[in-house]
Amino acid sequence: MTIAGIQNDIVEEFSMFDDWMERYEYMIELGKSLPIVDVKFKTDENIIKGCQSKVWLHADFKNEKVIFTADSDAIITKGIVAILIRVFSHQSPKSILDANTDFIDAIGLKEHLSPTRANGLVSMIKQIKMYAIAYQTKQQS
Amino acid sequence: METSLQKNSIDVHEIRKDFPILNRKVNGKPLVYFDNAATSQTPQQVIDVIAQYYSFYNANIHRGVHQLSQEATDKYECARQTIQTHFNAKHSHEIIFTSGTTHSINLVAHGFGTLLKKGDVILVSALEHHSNIVPWQMLCEKTAALLKVIPMTQEGELDMHAFAALLKLKPKLVFVNHISNALGTINPIRKIINQAHKVGAAVLIDGAQACPHIKSDVQSLDVDFYVTSAHKMCGPTGIGMLYAKEAWLKKLPPYQGGGEMISDVTFDKTTYADLPHKFEAGTPNVCGGIAFGAAIDYMNAIGFDKIAAYEHKLLEYATKELLAIEGLKIYGTAKEKTSVISFNIEGIHAYDLGTIIDKLGIAIRTGQHCAQPIMDFYGIPGTARASFAFYNTFEEIDALVKAIKRAQRMLC
Repeated sequence: MTIAGIQNDIVEEFSMFDDWMERYEYMIELGKSLPIVDVKFKTDENIIKGCQSKVWLHADFKNEKVIFTADSDAIITKGIVAILIRVFSHQSPKSILDANTDFIDAIGLKEHLSPTRANGLVSMIKQIKMYAIAYQTKQQS
Repeated sequence: METSLQKNSIDVHEIRKDFPILNRKVNGKPLVYFDNAATSQTPQQVIDVIAQYYSFYNANIHRGVHQLSQEATDKYECARQTIQTHFNAKHSHEIIFTSGTTHSINLVAHGFGTLLKKGDVILVSALEHHSNIVPWQMLCEKTAALLKVIPMTQEGELDMHAFAALLKLKPKLVFVNHISNALGTINPIRKIINQAHKVGAAVLIDGAQACPHIKSDVQSLDVDFYVTSAHKMCGPTGIGMLYAKEAWLKKLPPYQGGGEMISDVTFDKTTYADLPHKFEAGTPNVCGGIAFGAAIDYMNAIGFDKIAAYEHKLLEYATKELLAIEGLKIYGTAKEKTSVISFNIEGIHAYDLGTIIDKLGIAIRTGQHCAQPIMDFYGIPGTARASFAFYNTFEEIDALVKAIKRAQRMLC
């Protein structure tokens, strides 16, 4: 499925909820389904620090697709990480680089992607794109 | 007729009318503002002073011959005197306007760059905010002085035995906050100043967290430097003060060069202006300074004794109610503390808690509170912190407890 397709699905899922509580409860559920990063990759190198919460992110490259696993110490952050992984994992480097994260606004979670929130998510998106650039370079070489 | 009870307590419902922001809603719920240790709210009396300044007498000060400049200068200098009287400084020129506590600390740290030499010891407490750690680390890098830390106990109090031992190193400077921003501990600064002076050390007290709760008397404390920010005590952001004994201000070199801080300039040599202007380069935050004075007047009109007594009741009530929540642990249980409660709930990250209760209209702070060494000491990533002011109510504490329980149901 394309990144845009997955994003549309997520927006549709979230549109079913009437209030913030249901949205957050769903996100907490999604957090539980996150493909957790293997403990051996939960290193300081893979940590994305925010003063509020931490995110660990690891990438593999298989069959020309980038596969992400991740984790966070805060459950709401973990929920958003799970959404981002669902969108960006198992995609080609090019489609990752071409994609944006506007859908986060559409599902009412924009506040968590504010750079001032210091929860590691903004840096995480940057890191996802960095991995995509690295694997794209590898592909071309 | 006013009863003795009314005389000694504040009428919180009357006081709340002074703060327009307390009427607003957040996420559709009435705002409950418990982030007072980060910044306090501003009463209409101070907002009016700011509006009057820009509406009637906005001008550059100290150098204009015209009426507006004269009026602005008078009010600005009058505010300096208000601050002097409030903190009981000997001279008004011992009050230096700065942009805030951080600026004040950097000004002193910069000055000591010329006074310290390699191997000199400076002491800083384990309870400090990053703003009272980093400038001294930078100073140590510059001068090769040594930074030593006064350790803290599990309760969040300074280890005074360890402090006594560290004094044997004959430190040149000691830096301690009056009250810890992360835990609310009131440090025994009178004792610290006294003991430090006995070995010849100068003492800087960071009063940012103390000024909204305690009226400090710098002469009685015999403190060398006392710093604070207006926005912690009902004033605007971007303005604060450095109090320093006159002798220190004469000794320290200027921090920044520019207009206003000079008396004579040629390309060969510049002579600096007298105090306090030597440390106030450039056009100052005139309106901020005047509003700072108005904020102090506002708080004094209510009375610091009444404020402290009422906040203590809020602290006691909140501590009791919060501890009744299953799995809740309070960090910082010093005998002497102000109305700050730093806590965590078992199995819940502070970020998650803060996010959920924000949706319920409640503003608290979460994270490391710019005091990472304290969090490292407890081995935790951060805490949730509720900090109360004299305009908060017992009902708001009930709302906080209810919101925490709701978040607990969602997150556990």
